[in-house]
Amino acid sequence: MTADMLSQDLSLLIPELLLAGGAMALLMLGVFMKGEGANKLVQWLAVVLLAGAGLASLFLVTGEGQAFDGGFIFDGLARFSKVAIGVVAAIALLLAMPYLKAEKLGKIEYSVLMTLAVTGMFMMVSANDLISMYMGIELQSLSLYVLAAFNRDSLRASEAGLKYFVLGALSSGLLLYGSSLVYGFAGATGFNEIAIAVQSGPSVGLTFGLVFVICGLAFKVSAAPFHMWTPDVYEGAPTPVTAFFATAPKMAAIVLLARVLIEPFGGMVEQWRDVIWIVAVLSMGIGAFGALTQTNIKRLMAYSSISNMGYALVAIASASQTGLWALLVYMILYMIGVIGSFGAILSMRTREGMVEQISDLAGIAQRNPGLGWSITALMFSIGGLPFMVGFFGKFFVVFAAVQEGMLILAVLAVLFSVVGAAYYLRVVKTVWFDEGEVEFVPAAVSVYWVTRLAGLATVLLLPVIGWLVFRAYSVGLATL
Amino acid sequence: MFGEFEAFLSILTFVPALGALVIAIFRFTARAEDQAQIDKNSRMVAWVATMVTLALSLILLFSFDQDTAGFQFVHEIEWLSQIGLGYRLGVDGLSVLFVVLTAFLMPLCIMASGAIQKRVADYMIAFLLLETLVIGVFCALDLVVFYIFFEGGLIPMFIIIGVWGGQNRVYAAFKFFLYTLLGSVLMLVAMIYMFLQAGTTDITVLLDHEFARNAQMWMWLAFFASFAVKMPMWPVHTWLPDAHVQAPTAGSVILAGILLKMGGYGFLRFSLPMFPEASDYFAPLVFALSIIAIIYTSLVAFRQTDIKKLIAYSSVAHMGFVTMGLFAMNETGVQGAIFQMISHGFISGALFLCVGVIYDRMHTREIAFYGGLVHRMPVFAVIFGLFTMANVGLPGTSGFVGEIMTMVGAFQVSWWIATGAAVGVILSAMYMLTVYRNVVFGEITNPKLENITDINRMEWAIFIPLIIMTLWLGISSTMVTDITAASVENLINQYQAALPAAAQ
Repeated sequence: MTADMLSQDLSLLIPELLLAGGAMALLMLGVFMKGEGANKLVQWLAVVLLAGAGLASLFLVTGEGQAFDGGFIFDGLARFSKVAIGVVAAIALLLAMPYLKAEKLGKIEYSVLMTLAVTGMFMMVSANDLISMYMGIELQSLSLYVLAAFNRDSLRASEAGLKYFVLGALSSGLLLYGSSLVYGFAGATGFNEIAIAVQSGPSVGLTFGLVFVICGLAFKVSAAPFHMWTPDVYEGAPTPVTAFFATAPKMAAIVLLARVLIEPFGGMVEQWRDVIWIVAVLSMGIGAFGALTQTNIKRLMAYSSISNMGYALVAIASASQTGLWALLVYMILYMIGVIGSFGAILSMRTREGMVEQISDLAGIAQRNPGLGWSITALMFSIGGLPFMVGFFGKFFVVFAAVQEGMLILAVLAVLFSVVGAAYYLRVVKTVWFDEGEVEFVPAAVSVYWVTRLAGLATVLLLPVIGWLVFRAYSVGLATL
Repeated sequence: MFGEFEAFLSILTFVPALGALVIAIFRFTARAEDQAQIDKNSRMVAWVATMVTLALSLILLFSFDQDTAGFQFVHEIEWLSQIGLGYRLGVDGLSVLFVVLTAFLMPLCIMASGAIQKRVADYMIAFLLLETLVIGVFCALDLVVFYIFFEGGLIPMFIIIGVWGGQNRVYAAFKFFLYTLLGSVLMLVAMIYMFLQAGTTDITVLLDHEFARNAQMWMWLAFFASFAVKMPMWPVHTWLPDAHVQAPTAGSVILAGILLKMGGYGFLRFSLPMFPEASDYFAPLVFALSIIAIIYTSLVAFRQTDIKKLIAYSSVAHMGFVTMGLFAMNETGVQGAIFQMISHGFISGALFLCVGVIYDRMHTREIAFYGGLVHRMPVFAVIFGLFTMANVGLPGTSGFVGEIMTMVGAFQVSWWIATGAAVGVILSAMYMLTVYRNVVFGEITNPKLENITDINRMEWAIFIPLIIMTLWLGISSTMVTDITAASVENLINQYQAALPAAAQ
């Protein structure tokens, strides 16, 4: 390999290099700097770093292509996902800062772990080889396990971290086992080579391996029936960590799943479509019905995310260009809704500390109209009800399904959205119809603005939704 | 005169939303101690916004060209154009009157909301948003835009019922929302299918597109699921009495006066012209459901002890006339159905306002509570009597014209259907006159009614326009039919043209 080729390869890796180098630099900075200011500085630098890495993939990486003999790919899909992941992670860290300070969890490791997790996610969406895929997933997962248990004095957080770790390790095992089968039967680990092997005729071994890979990845996106960890981890982990869990890792894992299924295993669509079909229906159903009886808003969000991943899988099941861009639009709109909702949840702080029962929101539209209105808009948006912008996410997903002739799946998807509407309505009902006295202390600046802006965005994005669709559309066309 | 001004219809649609925005800005920037002032101002802003909309809608009506069957005042903006969606608005003879009806009823609703004392600003925002969304439904010329307006209306209505409603408001709000949403999501799938078949969501193009017979059947059923619930038709009407009874007066007026019409309008805009073969095939089903609705819900209405519930059931019965007239698919029937919808908008709105008048004074809707109101409220007795008669279908009122036209239309299809509907007319006289007698006539037996006051100036101002419209339409029915004639004729010609082509 000549130096010229190396620099060409590395130029595609600029965002990852930034993040990895930045994470180490931040760690050093945190270790050697003393005092209160150190943590704050590291946090702000991490925010800049995360958002900067996202923007770097937009502006600094000019070319597209594969690097390191096809182990790494940078294409429109990777670019789109990286921008989204970087920005949303930066927002999640912004949300975390006041919380960490108030809960006396302000340690530099939080920012560093987040940066490392995002590095892993960047690797995931750019993975073009089973090995780089696994590396990305593990880097991400290990950071997330620690983040889940970041509040180590809390029993629930430790439980969440341990549960997440044990089940996560199990799923990684499944994934590795599947990968080894795929390697054995395809003779290579690179996605390009696997695609060729699949083209020449699917074998039982490949199918077998693929099913294990799907199981492992379904765990990462918390799709049913691999969703069991989600409610407990969401509830137990510190709220800003949950906010992070519900957004960026989901985006990374779902894009990775889409890439694995559509690119190397695109020739086996007949084999995996039924699997995804069932996983999608189960996720939508379990998520929708499971959320109905929840009283804790974080658990509600957990079931909501299971259900929403079901919709994302509907888009993947359609295995078409439309499905791919629908997935991207869906994920962006979903993340706007979720990050705003967690902003609202983080605003639920009384003098005694954080509260997280839905009933604590009773009558908040009267006492704190800004928060009440934002929650209303965000809930309707995640639920996919017009005229909130989240409607378009669901619309395009169903559109992709109908286009591929999967009418039953489309009908099930919309029917489950009605069940889903019931629990989003329950939150809205609590906010508007009920009377309550719980007084929240004024929210921190970042939390306040993230909630309000996300709430506004659910309506204001409506006229300009075409721009987002256009970006996703061109990615979808270019990738397949 | 305004026909050349492209954005006219969009402005008309979004003026109320602008009013809502103004109130919202006041609401969020005000200090806590200024809330009383904000509430007062928000009434004013809402009234001005609705009156401006009314003025614009009248301009629309007068510059509307009655001789054209196609769409007028079309406004298009590029929006998601790369996949074939677009923001398109326009009106034709089928829709323009509904726009005017909405704009007409809204200021009355705002005026009738004097009894609302809590969270007035939120209330006004919800109503103004609702107005924008409803007008949007009638103007939309794009499937997705239509769906957004159609479903979006649920959100403000949910809040209106749930926050300012009666005792059992939460149940009613949920039932209303989920029931109608369940119907509509199936329509969404059908819309997507149409989109993929025709390659566009432009309604004007879809009107000329011929769908395969088999597909038409499924899509007709999916649209029917949505519109039948919205209408509402028997047996999916059960959300309506709950929603009506629990909603505040103005909410009931909007619900009965306008939201129900969205179902009938949907049949006119989508089911009949786009799926003619399926409409023809399913017409007997619609007739059967309509007749059952007319007779059954009339009988149910007769047994009610709550005035509002009685009027709600009577609305279901009257909507039965509408579906019957629509699917008769002849000029008299369809014209009559549209007429009936417009007239019912005024009459049922007025009846709910009448109930509101006595409810505001006594805070009960029990029929048994009242009696002998004529001795204390002579003017109210006359007004309530007039609208009772109009609801029964007395000649000279608009209610008569709609019922007789739909029945004549149905008679041309089958005299059985017309007979069933005629029985319903008799039944409606039975329950309406009974409730009128029980509430208004007789001696005052309830001491609480001794000091009840007659209607005040504000209530006068609300009722006078409705009285004028009811009588005017009853005498000069051509006012409506002239406007709709060209479009209806076009609709029927296309429908008839599609049928023999398929039969061959």
